[in-house]
Amino acid sequence: MSEPASATVPVVDVADYALRLGDDALVLSQRTGEWIAAAPELEEDLAIGNLALDLLGQARALLTYAGRVDGSDRSEDDLAYFRDERDFRNCHLVELPNGDFGRTMARLLVFAAYQHELYTGLTASADETLAAIAAKALKEVAYHREHAGAWVLRLGDGTDESRRRMQAGIDAIWPYVPELFESDGLTTRLAAAGVAVDPAALADPALGFVRQILAEATLSEPEPTPRPTGGRRGIHTEHLGYLLAELQHLARSHPEAEW
Amino acid sequence: MSADSWPLWEVFVRAKRGLSHVHVGSLHAPDAEMALRNARDVYTRRGEGVSIWVIPADQIAASSPDEKDAYFDPAEDKVYRHPTFYHVPEGVEHL
Repeated sequence: MSEPASATVPVVDVADYALRLGDDALVLSQRTGEWIAAAPELEEDLAIGNLALDLLGQARALLTYAGRVDGSDRSEDDLAYFRDERDFRNCHLVELPNGDFGRTMARLLVFAAYQHELYTGLTASADETLAAIAAKALKEVAYHREHAGAWVLRLGDGTDESRRRMQAGIDAIWPYVPELFESDGLTTRLAAAGVAVDPAALADPALGFVRQILAEATLSEPEPTPRPTGGRRGIHTEHLGYLLAELQHLARSHPEAEW
Repeated sequence: MSADSWPLWEVFVRAKRGLSHVHVGSLHAPDAEMALRNARDVYTRRGEGVSIWVIPADQIAASSPDEKDAYFDPAEDKVYRHPTFYHVPEGVEHL
């Protein structure tokens, strides 16, 4: 299972791709986990904790694979705790601060819609490990999408105040959405080999789902506002460093510690 | 939003096919859809079930503790209502 199926694909490409997907899941898991003990209701607290754990599970599988497939023999912990900001390959959307509950659900809706299309495509990947990880994660993100969709609908089509804040949440995250669907040399090479899914091809189905929810929630789709991207190349917003400091400081203060 | 603005729901989970739904606890939710969703997140995190029922707590009619004696005591000395006087043939395992 550890060998990528296509011999024509360099293993470093596969590792880099797995890192992109894994870092997205890891960083959003950490962000989402910040809601634990602070969610508006006990029931939502558990829901959001479950969700963060789902993402963490995906991150573990993907980082483990990334560290193994490129022959570097780095563990999931090596990759999660001992890489610096510039080595992280996640998109900007997942590193943004949570904001209020509406903004958190807006981001989750878009990201889960993206992941749903991504993992659906990856279940047919020529790389058996990626296909297996995707198949397992697909059921999880289907629920994330449903959960976030239900909240966006409820808040958007709710009171004046909830509608105002839900719209503000959508507006705040919208400029960061196009980066999810950016293709580059790596994804083009891997997609041609049947290993990866071309991100650009996910935009229509994923955003189609989001637009349907927005319309039903009486929310409007913001105008596109281009902003710099670069997460896939290690260029991040100012927020990621703080998040990593919190995520990594314990493991770095006590390297090799076990608990 | 405070918890007392959301009504209480009772949650019943069926552990597997063939068993009946069993009461597992309660939760707060604004409506049935979210009650089901919350029940999934609160009570089936460890693979406890294959089916969930949620019922508004105020829709459940319960017997009163004050009437406990009148309700249940009369059944106590009626041993003939138990199937304990049948001879169980040898070799019957699952009875």
